[in-house]
Amino acid sequence: MTRVMVELQSRPPGGGVPGALAPSGTAGPRSVPHKPRLSARLAYQMQKVLKPNAVNRRFGAVVERSAFGRRVFTAAERASKERLFGCRMCGQCALPVTGYSCPMGCPKELRNGPCGGVGPGGACEVYPEQRCVWVVGYERAASQGAEADLRRLQRPIDHRRWGESSWLNYWAGRDDYLWTEDDSLASPPVMGPAGDI
Amino acid sequence: MGTLRDRLAAGEFTITAELSPPRGASATSMLGRAELLRGWVDAVNITDNQGSHVRLSSWAGAVAVQQSGIIEPIMQMTCRDRNRIALQSDLLGAGALGIENLLFMSGDHPKFGDHPGAKPVFDMDSTQLTWTARTLCDEGRLLSGKELNPAPRFFLGAVENPFAPPVEYRAKRAAKKIAAGAQFIQTQYVFDLGVFTRWVTELGELGVLDRCAVLAGVGVIRSARMLDFLASGKVPGVQIPEPVIRRLRGVTPEDVGAEGAKIAAEMIAAVRGIPGVGGVHLLTAGYEKQTPELLRMAGVDRSALASTTGKSSDGD
Repeated sequence: MTRVMVELQSRPPGGGVPGALAPSGTAGPRSVPHKPRLSARLAYQMQKVLKPNAVNRRFGAVVERSAFGRRVFTAAERASKERLFGCRMCGQCALPVTGYSCPMGCPKELRNGPCGGVGPGGACEVYPEQRCVWVVGYERAASQGAEADLRRLQRPIDHRRWGESSWLNYWAGRDDYLWTEDDSLASPPVMGPAGDI
Repeated sequence: MGTLRDRLAAGEFTITAELSPPRGASATSMLGRAELLRGWVDAVNITDNQGSHVRLSSWAGAVAVQQSGIIEPIMQMTCRDRNRIALQSDLLGAGALGIENLLFMSGDHPKFGDHPGAKPVFDMDSTQLTWTARTLCDEGRLLSGKELNPAPRFFLGAVENPFAPPVEYRAKRAAKKIAAGAQFIQTQYVFDLGVFTRWVTELGELGVLDRCAVLAGVGVIRSARMLDFLASGKVPGVQIPEPVIRRLRGVTPEDVGAEGAKIAAEMIAAVRGIPGVGGVHLLTAGYEKQTPELLRMAGVDRSALASTTGKSSDGD
Protein backbone atom coordinates (compact mmCIF):
# COMPACT_ATOMS: atom_id res chain seq x y z
CA MET A 1 0.00 0.00 0.00
CA THR A 2 1.40 3.37 -0.96
CA ARG A 3 1.78 6.16 1.51
CA VAL A 4 -0.87 8.24 -0.18
CA MET A 5 -3.33 5.39 0.07
CA VAL A 6 -2.60 4.96 3.77
CA GLU A 7 -3.01 8.67 4.28
CA LEU A 8 -6.25 8.70 2.33
CA GLN A 9 -7.63 5.83 4.35
CA SER A 10 -6.56 7.16 7.71
CA ARG A 11 -7.66 10.72 7.31
CA PRO A 12 -10.51 11.71 9.60
CA PRO A 13 -14.01 11.50 8.20
CA GLY A 14 -14.70 14.64 6.25
CA GLY A 15 -11.27 15.95 7.17
CA GLY A 16 -8.86 17.89 5.01
CA VAL A 17 -7.20 16.59 1.90
CA PRO A 18 -3.83 14.85 2.22
CA GLY A 19 -1.12 17.20 3.43
CA ALA A 20 0.64 17.54 0.11
CA LEU A 21 -2.40 19.17 -1.45
CA ALA A 22 -3.44 21.43 1.40
CA PRO A 23 -2.00 24.93 1.60
CA SER A 24 0.11 24.99 4.75
CA GLY A 25 -1.76 25.98 7.84
CA THR A 26 -5.26 25.80 6.40
CA ALA A 27 -8.00 23.31 7.06
CA GLY A 28 -7.74 22.45 3.38
CA PRO A 29 -9.69 23.84 0.49
CA ARG A 30 -12.73 21.70 1.19
CA SER A 31 -15.81 22.93 2.95
CA VAL A 32 -16.50 20.57 5.83
CA PRO A 33 -18.66 21.42 8.86
CA HIS A 34 -16.59 22.37 11.88
CA LYS A 35 -17.89 22.35 15.41
CA PRO A 36 -17.00 25.69 17.04
CA ARG A 37 -14.54 25.27 19.90
CA LEU A 38 -15.47 28.55 21.55
CA SER A 39 -18.70 28.64 23.57
CA ALA A 40 -21.46 30.86 22.21
CA ARG A 41 -21.38 33.00 25.35
CA LEU A 42 -17.65 33.69 25.03
CA ALA A 43 -17.93 34.29 21.31
CA TYR A 44 -20.60 36.93 21.80
CA GLN A 45 -18.53 38.54 24.55
CA MET A 46 -15.58 38.61 22.17
CA GLN A 47 -17.83 40.37 19.66
CA LYS A 48 -17.99 43.39 21.94
CA VAL A 49 -14.21 43.70 21.85
CA LEU A 50 -13.79 43.06 18.13
CA LYS A 51 -16.61 45.33 16.93
CA PRO A 52 -15.28 48.21 14.86
CA ASN A 53 -14.57 51.10 17.23
CA ALA A 54 -12.07 53.96 17.37
CA VAL A 55 -9.41 51.81 19.05
CA ASN A 56 -9.37 48.78 16.74
CA ARG A 57 -9.96 50.95 13.69
CA ARG A 58 -6.78 52.83 14.47
CA PHE A 59 -4.98 49.60 15.37
CA GLY A 60 -6.02 48.07 12.04
CA ALA A 61 -4.80 51.13 10.16
CA VAL A 62 -1.41 50.84 11.85
CA VAL A 63 -1.14 47.13 11.08
CA GLU A 64 -2.01 47.75 7.45
CA ARG A 65 0.73 50.31 7.00
CA SER A 66 3.28 47.61 6.24
CA ALA A 67 3.04 44.39 4.28
CA PHE A 68 4.90 42.67 7.12
CA GLY A 69 2.39 43.86 9.73
CA ARG A 70 -0.50 42.70 7.61
CA ARG A 71 1.13 39.32 7.03
CA VAL A 72 1.84 38.67 10.71
CA PHE A 73 -1.60 39.81 11.77
CA THR A 74 -3.30 37.70 9.09
CA ALA A 75 -1.30 34.64 10.15
CA ALA A 76 -2.39 35.17 13.76
CA GLU A 77 -6.01 35.53 12.74
CA ARG A 78 -5.77 32.42 10.62
CA ALA A 79 -4.21 30.38 13.42
CA SER A 80 -6.80 31.35 16.01
CA LYS A 81 -9.93 31.25 13.86
CA GLU A 82 -8.93 28.04 12.17
CA ARG A 83 -8.62 26.33 15.53
CA LEU A 84 -11.78 27.86 16.99
CA PHE A 85 -14.13 27.90 14.01
CA GLY A 86 -12.54 25.86 11.22
CA CYS A 87 -11.93 29.15 9.40
CA ARG A 88 -11.04 28.81 5.70
CA MET A 89 -10.04 32.49 5.32
CA CYS A 90 -12.72 33.63 2.91
CA GLY A 91 -11.77 37.10 4.14
CA GLN A 92 -15.41 38.14 4.61
CA CYS A 93 -16.33 36.81 7.99
CA ALA A 94 -20.03 36.14 8.66
CA LEU A 95 -19.47 34.70 12.16
CA PRO A 96 -20.88 37.73 14.05
CA VAL A 97 -24.32 37.08 12.54
CA THR A 98 -24.31 33.27 12.25
CA GLY A 99 -24.10 32.28 15.90
CA TYR A 100 -20.32 31.97 15.44
CA SER A 101 -20.74 28.80 13.37
CA CYS A 102 -18.88 29.20 10.10
CA PRO A 103 -21.12 28.95 6.99
CA MET A 104 -18.08 28.29 4.81
CA GLY A 105 -17.90 24.87 6.45
CA CYS A 106 -21.21 24.07 4.75
CA PRO A 107 -20.37 21.88 1.71
CA LYS A 108 -22.59 24.21 -0.35
CA GLU A 109 -21.12 27.31 1.33
CA LEU A 110 -24.65 28.57 1.95
CA ARG A 111 -24.58 32.00 3.60
CA ASN A 112 -28.35 32.41 4.06
CA GLY A 113 -29.33 29.41 6.13
CA PRO A 114 -29.49 25.62 5.87
CA CYS A 115 -30.48 23.67 2.79
CA GLY A 116 -33.49 21.37 2.81
CA GLY A 117 -31.41 18.23 3.18
CA VAL A 118 -30.62 18.47 6.89
CA GLY A 119 -31.23 15.09 8.54
CA PRO A 120 -33.89 14.62 11.23
CA GLY A 121 -31.24 14.83 13.96
CA GLY A 122 -29.57 17.88 12.43
CA ALA A 123 -26.94 16.01 10.42
CA CYS A 124 -25.29 17.52 7.36
CA GLU A 125 -26.53 15.68 4.26
CA VAL A 126 -23.09 15.60 2.66
CA TYR A 127 -21.10 14.69 5.79
CA PRO A 128 -23.72 12.87 7.91
CA GLU A 129 -21.23 12.36 10.74
CA GLN A 130 -21.12 16.16 11.22
CA ARG A 131 -23.92 18.44 12.37
CA CYS A 132 -25.20 21.06 9.91
CA VAL A 133 -23.37 24.34 10.55
CA TRP A 134 -26.69 26.19 10.39
CA VAL A 135 -28.38 23.94 12.95
CA VAL A 136 -25.43 24.62 15.26
CA GLY A 137 -25.46 28.33 14.38
CA TYR A 138 -29.19 28.66 15.04
CA GLU A 139 -28.88 26.98 18.44
CA ARG A 140 -25.92 29.14 19.42
CA ALA A 141 -27.51 32.39 18.25
CA ALA A 142 -30.81 31.52 19.96
CA SER A 143 -28.99 30.70 23.20
CA GLN A 144 -27.67 34.28 23.22
CA GLY A 145 -30.93 35.90 22.08
CA ALA A 146 -29.39 36.73 18.70
CA GLU A 147 -31.52 34.56 16.39
CA ALA A 148 -32.82 37.68 14.59
CA ASP A 149 -29.32 37.96 13.07
CA LEU A 150 -30.13 34.88 10.99
CA ARG A 151 -32.94 36.80 9.31
CA ARG A 152 -30.53 39.24 7.66
CA LEU A 153 -29.91 38.70 3.96
CA GLN A 154 -26.33 37.84 3.09
CA ARG A 155 -24.90 39.05 -0.20
CA PRO A 156 -22.59 36.89 -2.33
CA ILE A 157 -18.96 37.05 -1.29
CA ASP A 158 -16.11 38.51 -3.33
CA HIS A 159 -13.87 35.60 -4.25
CA ARG A 160 -10.85 37.85 -4.67
CA ARG A 161 -10.73 38.29 -0.91
CA TRP A 162 -9.81 34.69 -0.02
CA GLY A 163 -6.76 34.66 2.23
CA GLU A 164 -7.22 38.23 3.45
CA SER A 165 -7.68 39.15 7.09
CA SER A 166 -11.39 39.59 7.67
CA TRP A 167 -10.73 41.49 10.90
CA LEU A 168 -8.77 44.16 9.00
CA ASN A 169 -11.52 44.23 6.36
CA TYR A 170 -14.16 44.47 9.09
CA TRP A 171 -12.45 47.35 10.94
CA ALA A 172 -11.74 49.25 7.73
CA GLY A 173 -15.41 48.87 6.69
CA ARG A 174 -14.47 46.98 3.53
CA ASP A 175 -17.10 44.31 4.20
CA ASP A 176 -19.98 46.59 5.15
CA TYR A 177 -21.91 45.30 2.13
CA LEU A 178 -21.99 41.70 3.35
CA TRP A 179 -25.39 41.62 5.05
CA THR A 180 -28.57 43.67 5.36
CA GLU A 181 -29.51 45.59 8.50
CA ASP A 182 -32.63 43.51 9.12
CA ASP A 183 -35.00 41.01 7.45
CA SER A 184 -35.62 43.45 4.56
CA LEU A 185 -39.34 42.66 4.54
CA ALA A 186 -40.34 46.31 4.81
CA SER A 187 -38.54 47.40 1.66
CA PRO A 188 -36.77 45.37 -1.03
CA PRO A 189 -33.09 44.91 -0.24
CA VAL A 190 -30.55 46.27 -2.68
CA MET A 191 -28.16 43.63 -3.98
CA GLY A 192 -25.42 45.84 -5.29
CA PRO A 193 -23.23 47.26 -6.50
CA ALA A 194 -22.78 48.53 -2.93
CA GLY A 195 -20.10 45.90 -2.65
CA ASP A 196 -17.82 45.17 -5.52
CA ILE A 197 -19.47 41.89 -6.38
CA MET B 1 -56.50 28.41 -18.18
CA GLY B 2 -54.56 31.48 -17.13
CA THR B 3 -50.87 31.63 -16.46
CA LEU B 4 -49.42 30.39 -13.21
CA ARG B 5 -48.93 33.97 -12.04
CA ASP B 6 -52.53 34.92 -12.80
CA ARG B 7 -54.06 31.82 -11.23
CA LEU B 8 -52.14 32.28 -7.99
CA ALA B 9 -52.92 36.00 -7.91
CA ALA B 10 -56.60 35.19 -8.39
CA GLY B 11 -56.49 32.76 -5.48
CA GLU B 12 -57.46 29.80 -7.64
CA PHE B 13 -56.36 26.42 -6.35
CA THR B 14 -53.28 25.74 -8.43
CA ILE B 15 -51.53 22.51 -9.29
CA THR B 16 -47.95 22.11 -10.38
CA ALA B 17 -46.03 18.93 -11.05
CA GLU B 18 -42.53 17.81 -11.94
CA LEU B 19 -41.06 16.64 -15.20
CA SER B 20 -37.45 15.48 -15.42
CA PRO B 21 -35.71 15.94 -18.74
CA PRO B 22 -34.36 12.75 -20.30
CA ARG B 23 -30.80 11.49 -20.42
CA GLY B 24 -30.40 11.95 -24.13
CA ALA B 25 -30.33 14.52 -26.86
CA SER B 26 -34.06 14.56 -27.55
CA ALA B 27 -36.98 16.07 -25.68
CA THR B 28 -39.56 13.81 -27.31
CA SER B 29 -40.03 11.40 -24.41
CA MET B 30 -40.42 14.30 -21.99
CA LEU B 31 -43.08 15.89 -24.18
CA GLY B 32 -44.89 12.56 -24.20
CA ARG B 33 -45.00 12.59 -20.41
CA ALA B 34 -46.07 16.25 -20.45
CA GLU B 35 -49.00 15.27 -22.68
CA LEU B 36 -50.34 13.02 -19.89
CA LEU B 37 -50.56 16.06 -17.61
CA ARG B 38 -52.17 18.39 -20.14
CA GLY B 39 -55.15 20.13 -18.66
CA TRP B 40 -54.64 18.51 -15.26
CA VAL B 41 -51.84 20.65 -13.90
CA ASP B 42 -51.28 24.38 -14.38
CA ALA B 43 -47.53 24.34 -14.74
CA VAL B 44 -44.71 21.86 -14.57
CA ASN B 45 -41.22 22.11 -13.07
CA ILE B 46 -38.46 21.22 -15.48
CA THR B 47 -35.79 19.89 -13.17
CA ASP B 48 -32.16 21.00 -13.32
CA ASN B 49 -29.95 17.90 -13.34
CA GLN B 50 -31.96 16.51 -10.46
CA GLY B 51 -30.00 14.59 -7.88
CA SER B 52 -26.83 15.84 -9.59
CA HIS B 53 -27.39 13.40 -12.44
CA VAL B 54 -26.70 14.81 -15.89
CA ARG B 55 -29.83 15.23 -18.00
CA LEU B 56 -30.89 17.46 -20.86
CA SER B 57 -30.63 20.99 -19.44
CA SER B 58 -33.62 22.51 -17.69
CA TRP B 59 -33.15 25.55 -19.87
CA ALA B 60 -33.59 23.62 -23.12
CA GLY B 61 -36.27 21.40 -21.59
CA ALA B 62 -38.31 24.40 -20.50
CA VAL B 63 -38.08 25.95 -23.95
CA ALA B 64 -39.17 22.65 -25.57
CA VAL B 65 -42.18 22.37 -23.26
CA GLN B 66 -43.05 26.04 -23.77
CA GLN B 67 -42.93 25.73 -27.55
CA SER B 68 -44.99 22.53 -27.52
CA GLY B 69 -47.84 24.50 -26.02
CA ILE B 70 -48.79 21.47 -23.91
CA ILE B 71 -48.26 23.04 -20.56
CA GLU B 72 -46.62 26.04 -18.93
CA PRO B 73 -43.05 25.29 -17.79
CA ILE B 74 -41.32 26.37 -14.59
CA MET B 75 -37.59 26.35 -15.23
CA GLN B 76 -35.63 25.10 -12.23
CA MET B 77 -32.21 26.58 -11.60
CA THR B 78 -29.76 25.30 -9.05
CA CYS B 79 -26.64 26.99 -7.72
CA ARG B 80 -24.57 23.85 -8.03
CA ASP B 81 -23.17 24.10 -11.54
CA ARG B 82 -22.88 27.76 -12.55
CA ASN B 83 -21.25 30.88 -11.21
CA ARG B 84 -22.90 34.31 -11.11
CA ILE B 85 -21.82 35.11 -14.66
CA ALA B 86 -23.37 31.97 -16.18
CA LEU B 87 -26.50 32.19 -14.01
CA GLN B 88 -27.26 35.75 -15.05
CA SER B 89 -26.52 34.97 -18.67
CA ASP B 90 -28.88 31.98 -18.61
CA LEU B 91 -31.55 34.11 -16.96
CA LEU B 92 -31.33 36.58 -19.83
CA GLY B 93 -31.48 33.74 -22.35
CA ALA B 94 -34.56 32.26 -20.66
CA GLY B 95 -36.22 35.67 -20.67
CA ALA B 96 -35.48 36.13 -24.35
CA LEU B 97 -37.10 32.79 -25.23
CA GLY B 98 -40.27 33.49 -23.30
CA ILE B 99 -39.67 31.52 -20.11
CA GLU B 100 -41.47 33.35 -17.36
CA ASN B 101 -41.59 31.00 -14.36
CA LEU B 102 -38.39 30.23 -12.53
CA LEU B 103 -37.66 28.16 -9.46
CA PHE B 104 -34.43 28.54 -7.55
CA MET B 105 -32.80 26.08 -5.19
CA SER B 106 -29.34 25.32 -3.87
CA GLY B 107 -29.27 21.96 -5.63
CA ASP B 108 -28.11 18.57 -4.46
CA HIS B 109 -24.40 18.17 -3.83
CA PRO B 110 -22.48 16.52 -6.72
CA LYS B 111 -21.55 13.74 -4.29
CA PHE B 112 -25.02 12.22 -4.79
CA GLY B 113 -24.95 12.16 -8.57
CA ASP B 114 -23.32 10.40 -11.47
CA HIS B 115 -20.29 12.74 -11.50
CA PRO B 116 -19.33 12.78 -7.80
CA GLY B 117 -15.92 14.24 -8.64
CA ALA B 118 -17.38 17.38 -10.21
CA LYS B 119 -16.53 20.78 -8.77
CA PRO B 120 -19.40 22.00 -6.60
CA VAL B 121 -19.78 25.62 -7.70
CA PHE B 122 -22.22 27.21 -5.25
CA ASP B 123 -20.93 30.69 -6.09
CA MET B 124 -24.28 31.99 -4.86
CA ASP B 125 -26.94 30.40 -2.68
CA SER B 126 -30.62 30.09 -3.56
CA THR B 127 -31.59 33.25 -1.66
CA GLN B 128 -28.90 35.23 -3.47
CA LEU B 129 -29.95 33.76 -6.82
CA THR B 130 -33.57 34.74 -6.21
CA TRP B 131 -32.35 38.19 -5.21
CA THR B 132 -30.29 38.37 -8.39
CA ALA B 133 -33.26 37.50 -10.61
CA ARG B 134 -35.33 40.16 -8.88
CA THR B 135 -32.56 42.69 -9.42
CA LEU B 136 -32.52 41.85 -13.13
CA CYS B 137 -36.32 42.27 -13.39
CA ASP B 138 -37.09 45.14 -11.04
CA GLU B 139 -33.94 47.21 -11.22
CA GLY B 140 -33.16 46.33 -14.82
CA ARG B 141 -29.51 45.75 -14.11
CA LEU B 142 -26.94 43.07 -13.47
CA LEU B 143 -25.19 42.51 -10.14
CA SER B 144 -22.34 44.52 -11.60
CA GLY B 145 -24.69 47.47 -11.88
CA LYS B 146 -24.67 47.40 -15.67
CA GLU B 147 -28.00 48.23 -17.23
CA LEU B 148 -30.11 45.68 -19.10
CA ASN B 149 -31.85 46.57 -22.27
CA PRO B 150 -34.50 45.28 -21.98
CA ALA B 151 -34.94 43.78 -18.52
CA PRO B 152 -36.58 40.35 -18.29
CA ARG B 153 -39.95 39.75 -16.69
CA PHE B 154 -40.06 36.68 -14.46
CA PHE B 155 -42.33 35.02 -11.93
CA LEU B 156 -39.93 33.93 -9.22
CA GLY B 157 -40.19 30.77 -7.18
CA ALA B 158 -38.27 29.24 -4.31
CA VAL B 159 -38.41 26.05 -2.26
CA GLU B 160 -38.51 25.27 1.44
CA ASN B 161 -38.48 22.16 3.57
CA PRO B 162 -40.62 23.00 6.62
CA PHE B 163 -39.72 19.66 8.22
CA ALA B 164 -35.92 19.81 8.31
CA PRO B 165 -34.04 21.13 11.35
CA PRO B 166 -33.96 23.78 12.62
CA VAL B 167 -37.76 23.60 12.24
CA GLU B 168 -38.25 26.85 14.21
CA TYR B 169 -36.15 28.69 11.63
CA ARG B 170 -37.80 27.37 8.45
CA ALA B 171 -40.55 29.99 8.10
CA LYS B 172 -38.01 32.75 8.72
CA ARG B 173 -35.73 31.28 6.10
CA ALA B 174 -38.62 31.19 3.63
CA ALA B 175 -39.33 34.83 4.53
CA LYS B 176 -35.74 35.66 3.58
CA LYS B 177 -36.34 34.19 0.14
CA ILE B 178 -39.58 36.18 -0.10
CA ALA B 179 -37.72 39.36 0.89
CA ALA B 180 -35.21 38.47 -1.82
CA GLY B 181 -38.01 38.29 -4.39
CA ALA B 182 -39.76 34.91 -4.28
CA GLN B 183 -43.40 35.12 -5.40
CA PHE B 184 -44.24 31.47 -4.88
CA ILE B 185 -42.82 28.70 -2.75
CA GLN B 186 -43.03 24.98 -3.33
CA THR B 187 -42.40 22.75 -0.34
CA GLN B 188 -40.87 19.36 0.24
CA TYR B 189 -43.28 16.38 0.70
CA VAL B 190 -45.98 17.19 3.23
CA PHE B 191 -46.84 14.15 5.33
CA ASP B 192 -46.95 15.92 8.69
CA LEU B 193 -49.91 18.30 8.59
CA GLY B 194 -49.25 19.66 12.08
CA VAL B 195 -45.75 20.89 11.30
CA PHE B 196 -46.84 22.16 7.90
CA THR B 197 -49.79 24.11 9.30
CA ARG B 198 -47.58 25.73 11.95
CA TRP B 199 -45.09 26.72 9.23
CA VAL B 200 -47.79 28.34 7.05
CA THR B 201 -49.27 30.06 10.11
CA GLU B 202 -45.88 31.54 10.94
CA LEU B 203 -45.52 32.81 7.38
CA GLY B 204 -48.85 34.54 7.90
CA GLU B 205 -47.60 36.05 11.15
CA LEU B 206 -44.50 37.28 9.36
CA GLY B 207 -46.86 39.06 6.96
CA VAL B 208 -45.50 37.53 3.78
CA LEU B 209 -48.44 35.49 2.49
CA ASP B 210 -49.93 38.43 0.63
CA ARG B 211 -46.90 38.59 -1.62
CA CYS B 212 -46.03 34.92 -1.95
CA ALA B 213 -48.15 31.86 -2.73
CA VAL B 214 -47.49 28.53 -1.04
CA LEU B 215 -47.73 25.28 -2.98
CA ALA B 216 -47.65 22.26 -0.68
CA GLY B 217 -45.53 19.35 -1.88
CA VAL B 218 -47.47 16.10 -2.23
CA GLY B 219 -45.98 12.77 -3.19
CA VAL B 220 -47.28 9.26 -3.61
CA ILE B 221 -45.62 6.31 -1.94
CA ARG B 222 -46.08 3.77 -4.68
CA SER B 223 -44.67 0.54 -3.29
CA ALA B 224 -43.35 -1.19 -0.20
CA ARG B 225 -39.88 -0.73 -1.63
CA MET B 226 -40.34 3.01 -2.00
CA LEU B 227 -41.69 3.15 1.55
CA ASP B 228 -38.60 1.33 2.88
CA PHE B 229 -36.36 3.70 0.94
CA LEU B 230 -38.08 6.90 2.09
CA ALA B 231 -38.51 5.70 5.67
CA SER B 232 -34.82 4.77 5.91
CA GLY B 233 -34.00 8.45 6.44
CA LYS B 234 -31.41 8.22 3.68
CA VAL B 235 -33.21 10.53 1.27
CA PRO B 236 -32.04 14.08 2.00
CA GLY B 237 -34.81 16.17 3.44
CA VAL B 238 -37.56 13.56 3.40
CA GLN B 239 -39.14 12.43 6.65
CA ILE B 240 -42.13 10.11 6.82
CA PRO B 241 -43.98 10.34 10.15
CA GLU B 242 -44.64 7.15 12.15
CA PRO B 243 -48.46 7.10 11.67
CA VAL B 244 -48.05 7.18 7.88
CA ILE B 245 -45.50 4.36 7.99
CA ARG B 246 -47.79 2.32 10.26
CA ARG B 247 -50.74 2.84 7.96
CA LEU B 248 -48.80 1.69 4.90
CA ARG B 249 -47.30 -1.28 6.73
CA GLY B 250 -50.81 -2.27 7.76
CA VAL B 251 -51.83 -3.21 4.23
CA THR B 252 -50.53 -6.04 2.06
CA PRO B 253 -47.43 -5.15 0.02
CA GLU B 254 -49.47 -5.19 -3.21
CA ASP B 255 -51.86 -2.63 -1.78
CA VAL B 256 -49.20 -0.12 -0.64
CA GLY B 257 -49.50 1.78 -3.93
CA ALA B 258 -53.27 2.16 -3.64
CA GLU B 259 -53.03 3.18 0.03
CA GLY B 260 -50.19 5.60 -0.82
CA ALA B 261 -52.37 7.26 -3.45
CA LYS B 262 -55.21 7.49 -0.94
CA ILE B 263 -52.89 9.22 1.55
CA ALA B 264 -51.71 11.63 -1.15
CA ALA B 265 -55.30 12.45 -2.13
CA GLU B 266 -56.13 13.08 1.54
CA MET B 267 -53.12 15.39 1.81
CA ILE B 268 -54.26 17.40 -1.22
CA ALA B 269 -57.75 17.76 0.23
CA ALA B 270 -56.34 18.64 3.68
CA VAL B 271 -53.84 21.31 2.58
CA ARG B 272 -56.54 22.83 0.42
CA GLY B 273 -58.35 23.70 3.62
CA ILE B 274 -55.38 25.45 5.23
CA PRO B 275 -55.66 29.24 4.94
CA GLY B 276 -52.73 30.62 3.01
CA VAL B 277 -52.15 27.56 0.81
CA GLY B 278 -52.49 28.44 -2.86
CA GLY B 279 -52.22 24.94 -4.26
CA VAL B 280 -50.19 21.77 -4.40
CA HIS B 281 -46.97 20.76 -6.04
CA LEU B 282 -47.06 17.11 -7.08
CA LEU B 283 -43.70 15.45 -6.50
CA THR B 284 -44.78 12.56 -8.67
CA ALA B 285 -42.25 12.39 -11.51
CA GLY B 286 -42.71 9.08 -13.34
CA TYR B 287 -46.31 8.91 -12.11
CA GLU B 288 -47.79 11.09 -14.83
CA LYS B 289 -50.28 8.46 -16.00
CA GLN B 290 -51.90 8.16 -12.58
CA THR B 291 -51.99 11.89 -11.88
CA PRO B 292 -55.54 12.47 -13.22
CA GLU B 293 -56.84 9.64 -11.04
CA LEU B 294 -55.04 11.05 -8.00
CA LEU B 295 -56.53 14.49 -8.57
CA ARG B 296 -60.00 13.03 -9.03
CA MET B 297 -59.64 11.15 -5.74
CA ALA B 298 -58.67 14.43 -4.09
CA GLY B 299 -61.78 16.10 -5.42
CA VAL B 300 -59.96 18.14 -8.05
CA ASP B 301 -61.64 17.10 -11.29
CA ARG B 302 -60.37 18.75 -14.41
CA SER B 303 -61.42 16.07 -16.85
CA ALA B 304 -63.14 18.65 -19.02
CA LEU B 305 -59.75 20.39 -19.38
CA ALA B 306 -61.46 23.40 -17.93
CA SER B 307 -59.93 25.37 -15.16
CA THR B 308 -61.28 24.50 -11.76
CA THR B 309 -62.29 27.41 -9.67
CA GLY B 310 -61.02 26.41 -6.29
CA LYS B 311 -61.92 28.25 -3.19
CA SER B 312 -59.90 31.35 -2.56
CA SER B 313 -57.27 31.07 0.07
CA ASP B 314 -56.91 33.83 2.61
CA GLY B 315 -53.31 34.39 1.72
CA ASP B 316 -53.79 35.37 -1.85
